[in-house]
Amino acid sequence: MDAEREVLDVLARNAREDIDDIAAQTGLDAAAVADAIAALEADHVVHGYQAVVDWDRVDEGKIRAVVEINVELDRETGYEQVADRIAKFPAVDALHLVSGDYDFAVEVLGETMQDVSRFISEQVAPMPEVTQTVTHYIMETYKDGGVRFEDGDDDDRLSVSP
Amino acid sequence: MRLSDRARSLPESGIRKFFELAEARDDVISLGVGEPDFSAPWAARTAAIDSLERGKTSYTSNRGMKELRERITDHHQRYGQSYDPATETIVTTGASEAVDLAFRALVDPGDTVAVHEPTYISYGPGIELAGGTRLTVPTRAADDFVLTRDALESAGAADADVLVLCYPNNPTGATMTDEELAEVAAFCRDNDLRVVADEIYAALTYGTDHASVATQPGMRERTVVINGFSKAYAMTGLRLGYALGPTDAIDAMNRIHQYTMLSAPTTAQYAALEALERCDDEVTEMVAEYNRRRRLVVSRFNEMGLDTFEPGGAFYAFPDCDGDDEAFAEELLEAQGVAVVPGSVFGPGGEGHLRVSYATSMRELKEATSRIATFVANR
Repeated sequence: MDAEREVLDVLARNAREDIDDIAAQTGLDAAAVADAIAALEADHVVHGYQAVVDWDRVDEGKIRAVVEINVELDRETGYEQVADRIAKFPAVDALHLVSGDYDFAVEVLGETMQDVSRFISEQVAPMPEVTQTVTHYIMETYKDGGVRFEDGDDDDRLSVSP
Repeated sequence: MRLSDRARSLPESGIRKFFELAEARDDVISLGVGEPDFSAPWAARTAAIDSLERGKTSYTSNRGMKELRERITDHHQRYGQSYDPATETIVTTGASEAVDLAFRALVDPGDTVAVHEPTYISYGPGIELAGGTRLTVPTRAADDFVLTRDALESAGAADADVLVLCYPNNPTGATMTDEELAEVAAFCRDNDLRVVADEIYAALTYGTDHASVATQPGMRERTVVINGFSKAYAMTGLRLGYALGPTDAIDAMNRIHQYTMLSAPTTAQYAALEALERCDDEVTEMVAEYNRRRRLVVSRFNEMGLDTFEPGGAFYAFPDCDGDDEAFAEELLEAQGVAVVPGSVFGPGGEGHLRVSYATSMRELKEATSRIATFVANR
């Protein structure tokens, strides 16, 4: 496996690993790890580093919704152009073009349900290309970013075994 | 009640004392665990649940479900091992049962069984229960705990009847290459030794593929290979192992098994079938994670001045603690709340070393190695 992939595997699990620990885990030297991270960032493989947050546990936390959006394209307007316009709204947390019954799956973050619904009805639905939106409010999150949201450590192994 | 001499003469496991010391505290980070920290792949667990829902709660064939034996022998092609699922394969209740069956099938009272040590603690008692006598063959830190022909000769193993070989090794993490195994194989052929090869950690090797003594020339017919699902698929509690070997040995093991166990747990067999069919990617991911932890742990021990060779397999590092390993482990537990197992528990040759299991989360490994570094610095 090349150095960048090894470093990426570590960062994808825990972006807070420091360079020396990544070096220890991959067998690379610290300078090679730093180079690999710089290359991953320069090549836009790594776009940022974020915490995996369970917003339900935050006072005055956030409301999340998954919005299905159907669009109608014309000669001048393709998916890229529509995506570019939708993605510019700060309330849009994630945006994917998907196969199936609708075109875009959009994850929207807002302070309240009203915020989210106002955003969709006032900003997204009126876009000339948008023909339909269906909003699904997220009621509970069980797993996000590959991390299961549950309490604590359920290690029930014997503390010492042969 | 009057107990048999056999039962009374069995010693308490040396690991018991550390288990009790560690259990007495609730703030311990344990690097003393000999099983994976992962759970069995979810697909394997759901297959077990499905089998229960479908009412699959009867015995299976003594040798295990036919489809499972076929999958096992297909799987072992990756190690260059080729066995007939019908006549050369038996599914057992954990690899531990397979080891016990092998001893009972191969060892007569008065026979000598050579065991390289340090090694897993169950072989000696198993040999004695089968009426055999254990001959210890120490392996050396200077050889990275690889078994050599010299070690076998010096220990007098030429007169032994059976050799137990456990690589990748618990507790050292040592592995053996084909070239190193060739020496051992030649010794066994020259001195007519049969081999019980416990290869339970075969799937957990780092950088090189597992090498098996059974693939050495002339060794297939004198070797029983033991393996199982506990370590590779994190299925320790499901208790499923197996043995592969020549027809006469597997027949004999099956004769004992049919009276003592009848068949391995049916639910676990369904889980194992699914594990072999669909869970390779999860094993690959577990191995990648063990490998990252292994490198971190080895580098941290070497940095703190406890010389640690690079283990090629299993999930153990075996640092040299430069002195009394038992005192070191007790004081470490007392001072820093970190549990490790003294190397001497695993036999002569293990003295002065610690078995450090890295089957625990990266976060805990970092915290535990920091505490050990503090302990070493203040000692």
